[in-house]
Amino acid sequence: MPDQGLDLAGLWSPIRLTLELATVTTVALLIIGTPIAWWLARSKAKWKEAVAAVVALPLVLPPTVLGFYLLVAMGPDGPGGWIAGLWGERSLAFTFQGLVIGSVFYSMPFVVQPIRNAFEAFGDRPLEVAATLHASPWDAFWSVAVPLARPGFLTGAVLGFAHTVGEFGVVLMIGGNIPGETKVLSVAIYDYVETLRWAEAHILAGGLLVFAFVVILAMMLLEKRIGRAAR
Amino acid sequence: MNADTPVLDAAFKGPVGNFNLDVAFKAPLTGVTALFGASGCGKTTILRCIAGLHHLPGKLALGDRLWQDDTANLFRPPHKRRVGYVFQEPSLFAHLTVRGNLNFGARRAPRGNGAAPAVDFDQVVGLLGISHLLDRAPARLSGGERQRVAVGRALLSEPRLLLMDEPLSALDRSTKDEILAYFEALQRELNIPILYVSHDIAEVTRLADRLVVLSRGGKVAEGSVGEVLERLDLQPMTGRFEAGVMLTATVKGRDEAFNLTFLDHHGQTLTIPAVDAAVGDIIRLRVRARDVSLAVQPPTGISIRNILKGRIVEIREEANTAFAETLIDLGGGRLRARVTRHAVADLKLAEGMPVYALIKSITFDRRSLG
Repeated sequence: MPDQGLDLAGLWSPIRLTLELATVTTVALLIIGTPIAWWLARSKAKWKEAVAAVVALPLVLPPTVLGFYLLVAMGPDGPGGWIAGLWGERSLAFTFQGLVIGSVFYSMPFVVQPIRNAFEAFGDRPLEVAATLHASPWDAFWSVAVPLARPGFLTGAVLGFAHTVGEFGVVLMIGGNIPGETKVLSVAIYDYVETLRWAEAHILAGGLLVFAFVVILAMMLLEKRIGRAAR
Repeated sequence: MNADTPVLDAAFKGPVGNFNLDVAFKAPLTGVTALFGASGCGKTTILRCIAGLHHLPGKLALGDRLWQDDTANLFRPPHKRRVGYVFQEPSLFAHLTVRGNLNFGARRAPRGNGAAPAVDFDQVVGLLGISHLLDRAPARLSGGERQRVAVGRALLSEPRLLLMDEPLSALDRSTKDEILAYFEALQRELNIPILYVSHDIAEVTRLADRLVVLSRGGKVAEGSVGEVLERLDLQPMTGRFEAGVMLTATVKGRDEAFNLTFLDHHGQTLTIPAVDAAVGDIIRLRVRARDVSLAVQPPTGISIRNILKGRIVEIREEANTAFAETLIDLGGGRLRARVTRHAVADLKLAEGMPVYALIKSITFDRRSLG
């Protein structure tokens, strides 16, 4: 229906859904990713790099492969189905919760890596100093490690958020195209193009382009400022 | 050491790098005890073990408190040990101001509910000369200022023992001297026991009361600074070029015209460039072995002002070198003189022989504390 009028109201739903998904995912990733990053930065275990590789997998794995396995895991016969059974559903696939879980896996390396790097950058010394000043390990983590790693947390949060906003393959596999539930921006654009609604596609694509540019620019300026302050 | 004075009692044994550390020593919980030895002999490891940052099998007690005993599976974690640690690099928290750094330990100092701090913030800040820096970020301090803040931070955590790991090694000569003066003031005013690690004999003689000499993971000597420095057998450890002894002397007068101070050392007079000390004060002097010459007859027509009568106690010739170390008894204190083996042979120097010690220069170290 190429001659249909511009549907501005229809644009809002995927935008809102995407922002919701990215926000929830980023918060979840900071909570889950921080202990993983801490362990990767500080553990002396020999097999920790294997764990690091698993975390980094989504960087090289085709999103459809990740999506396929997640779909299997979330389906009625997988662990996801069992979890969904707790609130009377059959499956986590094609639900918002399922999308959040998928996004957490998909964006994990973008959050864990910068935080791990930040934890590694300051070494053992500040934590040793904190210990000799009577700070318990838990106290030292919050009062020394987290503030010193702040730039890493900032980078991780921004990258995790932005990467989740741009996710497509995984969403398509596990989320489908349910308006208001799983139809996020990238899927919406694909949809508009398929149905030849170029105007809406232009608005969303252009918006994402500007968003990506602003994110990258802000990150670069931020890093420059932090670098200057450290000198 | 009196049996009643509380001591730090440490014994550690285990592999460190490419050698085995096996050391046991006691240090009184008063004054300054220096762990002295060449780089890489295990000094820092011992300090880290005492702080609990490193775990080597052994035993550690501070006064009547047992902190580590591996036979009883006891190991107190570092944050529960009341020690202050000053690292080689200042290691200030970059995310806090100077005040934030100082308060970090002060806020966590273990004390009874509502009890007033045992160490006064303003006093420490004043003694270290950092009161004008409180609102600065650590990145905007000089090296010497940073190390002073690090010392203040450790002190304000109210330790029972302050551990210092070559705190001056990253600083230049003039900053070192400046900071040493601050350390002396702290030691005088706060009276906190310090265990000081250093490989610089000049630094150690200036600050320390007692010395534990280490070599490749083991203890080779232990005693008061005076006793240890007199021992010629330790000479390879206590340093050839900078080796020397410490003398204590009483100020007996001053010559304003020539700007000199006269000292009494067991009945003999020493003349040094004027120092700021009153008659009757006891001061500590450092005399390097290489600044002492020997004569068998009283020399005349010589510019050297300090000619002291003594008797040779010990001669130790160093094989394959030109030198010999001698120990001279001055009828109280003892001097070390570094002369050539040729001179020993030529003057027929022998143990028990009376000699005149000619001292070229004397370094005034500090006013004695007691």
